[in-house]
Amino acid sequence: MKVTVTIDRRPEIADPEGTTVRRALHDLGFGEVTAVRMDRVIHLEVEGEDAAGVRARVEDMCRQVLANPVLEDFEVEVTA
Amino acid sequence: MRAAVVVFPGVNCEHDVVHALRSLGGDADLVWHKETNLSGFDGVVLPGGFAHGDALRTGAIARFSPVMSEVGRLADEGAPVLGICNGWQVLCETGLLPGAHIANRDLSFICRFVEVEVIDTNSVLTRQARPGQVLRIPLNSYEGNWVDPSGEARVVLRYVEDPNGSQDRAAAICNERGNVVGVMPHPERAFDELLGSSDGQVLLEGFLHSLVPA
Repeated sequence: MKVTVTIDRRPEIADPEGTTVRRALHDLGFGEVTAVRMDRVIHLEVEGEDAAGVRARVEDMCRQVLANPVLEDFEVEVTA
Repeated sequence: MRAAVVVFPGVNCEHDVVHALRSLGGDADLVWHKETNLSGFDGVVLPGGFAHGDALRTGAIARFSPVMSEVGRLADEGAPVLGICNGWQVLCETGLLPGAHIANRDLSFICRFVEVEVIDTNSVLTRQARPGQVLRIPLNSYEGNWVDPSGEARVVLRYVEDPNGSQDRAAAICNERGNVVGVMPHPERAFDELLGSSDGQVLLEGFLHSLVPA
């Protein structure tokens, strides 16, 4: 199964990269951009038939290593 | 009384640390990250560099290196555990210290001397220093911007001027007991006047004095 994990930094934690990109967009004339957050997306291919079971395993991976619980939240999307 | 200096693949300050500790009269040896027994050691240094290439996040993979369970055991027993730069990032990922590190506020890799003020002397790193003492030590990092939503950490060294956005201008923090310390600037690169400063000496001597036989 294909699994997409989106890892985003909690809104209250600074995102220096996002701030820099927003500044660059402003410099280029895209002044309408008010916020940029640089999330990470991880694509996994996982063996298994049961989507709920696969999701639970990947969520466990997120809690153990893929995301840092101090800084980040995660979202798991399972597609066949 | 001997310190283990852990070598993860990708670290690059391990020889500097061993050299500095030995030059100050201490006993230190390199230990490969796959070692599972640190019973002959009374303390640990996690040196700077890029453990496991900083894959995923700084320190995220190093946390699972076999040696880390022994590092955790020594920390629990109250032995001195010092993470320098990338070593501090590893200690945060491991949960031995609170918080985490993100990119420097201005997205620049900072490589220059900085001044840090001694805030708290109740730690294995700062016990020989005086409160208020200002030390000149090189900073060399991209992810030195420490964040701690928990607010549980004790800041032991504070930047005189904020170089990177680190919360509370923290240059070094410790756990409640004071035996686990993370420091971002490199005391081992300032242990002798030949290097431009010997201000790191007082910190490394504090660590060496904290090594007591288990």
